[in-house]
Amino acid sequence: MNTLSENTMNNPAKTAAEPGWLAERRAEGLAQFKTLPAPAPNDELWRFASVGRLKIDDYAPTGAPDAATAEALLERSNLVSERAGRSVYVDDHAVCFEGISEALKAQGVLYLPIEAALQSHPELMERYFLKESTELGSAKFFGLHAASTRAGSVLYVPKGVEIEQPLVNYYWTSTQGTAVFPHTLIIAEANAKASVVDVFFSETKENEALNIAVSNLHAADGAQVFRKVVQDWNEQTTSFQLDTTIAGRDARVKNLAVNIGAERARYENQTRIEGPGANVKMYSLTVAEEKQEFDQRTFQTHNAPNAVSDLLYKNALLDNSRTIFSGLIKVAEGAQQTDAYQTNRNLLLDPTAEANALPGLEILANDVRCSHGATTGNLDADELFYMMQRGIPRRAAMQLMVFGFFEEVIEKVDSEELAENLRQLIHKKFDAKIA
Amino acid sequence: MNALEIKNLNVSIEGQSILKDFSLTIPKGEVHALMGPNGTGKSTLAKVMAGHEDYQVESGTVTLDGENILGEEPDVIAHAGLFLAFQYPLEIPGVSIANFIRAARAARLPNGETINAVEYYKELYEKMDALKMDRKFTARSLNDGFSGGEKKRCEILQMSMLDPAYCVMDETDSGLDIDALKTVSEGVNLMRGPERGFLVITHYQRLLDYIVPDVVHVMFDGRIVHSGPAELAHELEAKGYDWVKESFATTA
Repeated sequence: MNTLSENTMNNPAKTAAEPGWLAERRAEGLAQFKTLPAPAPNDELWRFASVGRLKIDDYAPTGAPDAATAEALLERSNLVSERAGRSVYVDDHAVCFEGISEALKAQGVLYLPIEAALQSHPELMERYFLKESTELGSAKFFGLHAASTRAGSVLYVPKGVEIEQPLVNYYWTSTQGTAVFPHTLIIAEANAKASVVDVFFSETKENEALNIAVSNLHAADGAQVFRKVVQDWNEQTTSFQLDTTIAGRDARVKNLAVNIGAERARYENQTRIEGPGANVKMYSLTVAEEKQEFDQRTFQTHNAPNAVSDLLYKNALLDNSRTIFSGLIKVAEGAQQTDAYQTNRNLLLDPTAEANALPGLEILANDVRCSHGATTGNLDADELFYMMQRGIPRRAAMQLMVFGFFEEVIEKVDSEELAENLRQLIHKKFDAKIA
Repeated sequence: MNALEIKNLNVSIEGQSILKDFSLTIPKGEVHALMGPNGTGKSTLAKVMAGHEDYQVESGTVTLDGENILGEEPDVIAHAGLFLAFQYPLEIPGVSIANFIRAARAARLPNGETINAVEYYKELYEKMDALKMDRKFTARSLNDGFSGGEKKRCEILQMSMLDPAYCVMDETDSGLDIDALKTVSEGVNLMRGPERGFLVITHYQRLLDYIVPDVVHVMFDGRIVHSGPAELAHELEAKGYDWVKESFATTA
């Protein structure tokens, strides 16, 4: 088998139909991937990360799944039953693209596979596709994504149009050794409203995979967007998620990620506030066990005044797992009256687990309210005593407390069905550990 | 014997002796008040009985109806029939009152039996109504952001839902205004009966105007130094704890 870099070079994702601007962006991405150095242990943006465990050359894109696999995974793509649309990809091949209603189409809403959008809406795609990346250390991997991505969906919501139900994208891996490059592009025009759920799943516990996913979210003035990420790869997966949000005037954006799987997951989440009065929330919940490593890098940039950004990242750690939270708030000179908050809470359930926190502030304006804080602790012994005094056995009490710790994020999911499905996913991982 | 019996209990924490040959018997059907100045060991007694691991038991016994509970895990002691209403109930974020009490009830069921949700909520709502608690509280995180009065009502709600044979109430009156004190006391009085014993720990006589005890004990320096009828609480209130210190310090 060719290595990933050879494969990408010899067999680029572009097809004959791809426009020149895209060929350029892909070539640029490939060059970026090839020339930028691999992350090194002394690199500030990779501090505490086990860069030695990053192996990406053993993976390559693989062919379409057989019909039986496709059908089985389609069946399992069922976290959200009330939805406006759904896409299901297996190893980056679309096995289902359930489009939106005629009524939404009539209002100008687009929900399309990337490839279809490139054909039908080249100008829109030229403006937004592969234009935005995080500045948190993964430019090399973004380059590989840009060169390789062929799977994903585009949601475009025109001015003033509101979509009540979510669009749900499922990205599966199935074939041993596959490399996937899922891409989610969300464009909400002024006063539009939408929500998107991206789900990352593996077919089995064993299939090894590399994921380099990118999501770019554009919320124009007054737009309201809620994006939820459910990451439950198997523990044979190396995963990168590079997510950006750009918020315009008075835009309201919520990002919520639940991270359960992967052997090693790097999650970069960058918010750029470009319009006054914007309000962006960033929530994350991570359950780490065994030798899992979750490496979280966040960046809240305020380039406009009177805006709010609020980040809450909660990690629960078992066994020998590791988490890294590195968050930066940057307030530009003119961004007065900014409210920017950053909270990282780590719950250590085993003494062998390791939580690293690197909160940071860079404030150039003088009239702002900013706070950052990181706490790391065990389950509270007095709380445990209190619960046991009511007759609840130790293990059950611990489980209630841990799920209570999670609930602060889960209750923000704003869909009882999805919240319950998330609790079940966490239970599945957790119960055997603590029961 | 049908009683909560504490015999010659000696307890220390970090080498410092707190309970000194403490003995007390509360027969079922009776309400005993334990009064005394701060730092005399009242709360230690409550926590030790409930199985708190921070305390070192040197010697003595604690039995419920003849069954030893000393050295058992807190949940085992709870199942044996002891309930402790906390002076400072803990806040448990993300765990709703309804789910918490349900988990505590479920832990008491024999294997294979489950809780009937409809009956459970009916009973829970009735008891909340009696304690003048908003039914919406069932979905709120346990004690999270509650006022002092709400926390104490929530303790009494748990106590009545779990139906213990012996209730130990640690400074339940602290932080309560007079209305909350009356409501909480009514909740307790409803639970009084021949099948239940109470130990009401308090610093002030005020609570005992509403929960009238059968016996009042005065505690000083790790042991009971004086016992008497309900009127003793008033005498103590009138004379103050200095009187206790002066009268009993020499014998301590």
